[in-house]
Amino acid sequence: MSELRDLYQEVILDHNKNPRNFGKLDHANCQHEGFNPLCGDHLFVYLILENDKIKDIRFEGSGCAISKASASLMTTVLKGKTKAEAKEIFERFHTLVTSSLDQPVDNTQLGKLAVFAGVREFPARVKCASLAWHTVQSALENDPNIVTTEENGN
Amino acid sequence: MSVASVLRTETAFDVQKIREDFPILKQQVHGKPLVYLDNAATSQKPQVVIDAITRYYTFENSNIHRGVHYLSSQATIAYENTRTILKNFLNAASEKEILFVRGTTEGINLVAQSYGRTFFKEGDEIIVSAMEHHSNIVPWQIVCEQTGAKLRVIPMNERGELQLDAYEKLFNPRTRFVSIVHVSNSLGTINPVEEMIATAHRYGVPVLLDGAQAVQHLTVDVRALDCDFYVFSGHKIYGPTGVGVLYGKQALLEKMPPYQGGGDMIRSVTFEKTTFNELPYKFEAGTPNIVGGISMTAGVRYLQSIGVDAIGQYEHELLEYGTDVLSSIKGLRLIGTAKSKTGILSFVLDNVHPHDVGTFLDVEGIAIRTGHHCTQPVMQFFKVPATSRASLAMYNTKEEIDILADAIRKVMKVFS
Ligand SMILES: Cc1ncc(COP(=O)(O)O)c(C=O)c1O
Repeated sequence: MSELRDLYQEVILDHNKNPRNFGKLDHANCQHEGFNPLCGDHLFVYLILENDKIKDIRFEGSGCAISKASASLMTTVLKGKTKAEAKEIFERFHTLVTSSLDQPVDNTQLGKLAVFAGVREFPARVKCASLAWHTVQSALENDPNIVTTEENGN
Repeated sequence: MSVASVLRTETAFDVQKIREDFPILKQQVHGKPLVYLDNAATSQKPQVVIDAITRYYTFENSNIHRGVHYLSSQATIAYENTRTILKNFLNAASEKEILFVRGTTEGINLVAQSYGRTFFKEGDEIIVSAMEHHSNIVPWQIVCEQTGAKLRVIPMNERGELQLDAYEKLFNPRTRFVSIVHVSNSLGTINPVEEMIATAHRYGVPVLLDGAQAVQHLTVDVRALDCDFYVFSGHKIYGPTGVGVLYGKQALLEKMPPYQGGGDMIRSVTFEKTTFNELPYKFEAGTPNIVGGISMTAGVRYLQSIGVDAIGQYEHELLEYGTDVLSSIKGLRLIGTAKSKTGILSFVLDNVHPHDVGTFLDVEGIAIRTGHHCTQPVMQFFKVPATSRASLAMYNTKEEIDILADAIRKVMKVFS
């Protein structure tokens, strides 16, 4: 049960229930769709980019608590950042959720995102936590494809 | 002893005794007793199946059909014996009608490629239903791409029952094939296949039944049903993975070209011309899953020793209990409420995504499946991204359903 509390921390439950920056962004000049066929998580991110800076960011969609909270927290962290900064944060986040359990977590640079350290104990949920981030990354790289995480089920 | 008490002891379903046969069920998961409710994905294996695998590799291992030595002939006899057991299991007319395949998916692909690709033409129509597993959609879409045929889909209602009047209206002179699921894996619906086959035959159209979720819950008699093809997987009926059965009527199989080429499926090969082996070997190229076939039979025998009807009846009791218990949870909606159903409890919770449900239940030692269950069109129909699915087997108990219900209530509290 303690691992569960690591995964579903209050912050995550709160962002799931009251997602920040939720909804469509009119005048977005950059947007992207992300999809996780395994659980049906589906989201759109909308960005207003100005001189390489993320002036505004919102998201919309449906998914599990982990994916929704991740998208919500991500928008709060990325607002105001440059593309390069966003990429760096994405990499730090990715390392956090995919690092092995015996590796110590360096929390110092992560701020609020550190709540996702619990995902490491649930490998099946890593994709949920990273979907929004991959989607923004593709948006920033102008990738025309829908982001998807691969499928497996019966 | 009175007659009544003798009858009672004969028909009593001793679930505790059955549980003893499944070593995996004695396990703890995350410090809790395992509650395995993911049987539609794959069932657990009784000791007799595990023993059959061990025995084969310990004492019998050898390649079949081609060897002249002792072990090879023993293995060949054991493997061919399984064909007879499976023939009797389905009440097929002959061993020639029992083809070993890797599973349901390969069986359907075999029919789509061998029968469909040979006999379908541009503008032909193939009927499937709204509740098919992806395994019974995609192979037909592939053959449609190859031949120019089209898919037609039987609609269903809100309870998850196929609409038979709409089904009959789909038939026209271009209809060439019907392929439908016997029991739905995401809804539990038992389709009225006997009636549906009779309808198709009135129009001269052959029917394939996907029996992946049927043969372990209902007695299936392919001759009484008069289906033209029937497929199922070994691993869902207490046997191993990587092996399954395709039944086909002999007359149809005779007309069909081989699906794959290689050893065993030939009579003679020269660089000029190859003549094919007779049924069923024509469709069994290469070294098959010998241990899979032999140990699947151990599973089938186990199933028969308890009795498929008795199992179905017990599971139905569990289903009714589970339906009552789960329906009483506020904020829980059951998806799939057909009148005729097997033990599938698919549900969605207000404000909690199925994947979160799955993770919370896992920590309680409960294994269920969350997702679209390879039936994305069903999810679209019910306008849900995914469901949580508890699927029952003969070794499940009412106590386990209570544990499930308690855990669901806990999850809902965390998310409320
Ligand atoms: C109804 C149905 N059809 C087909 C399949 C595919 O079976 P397999 O993966 O064993 O080929 C399954 C199970 O996954 C199923 O439930």
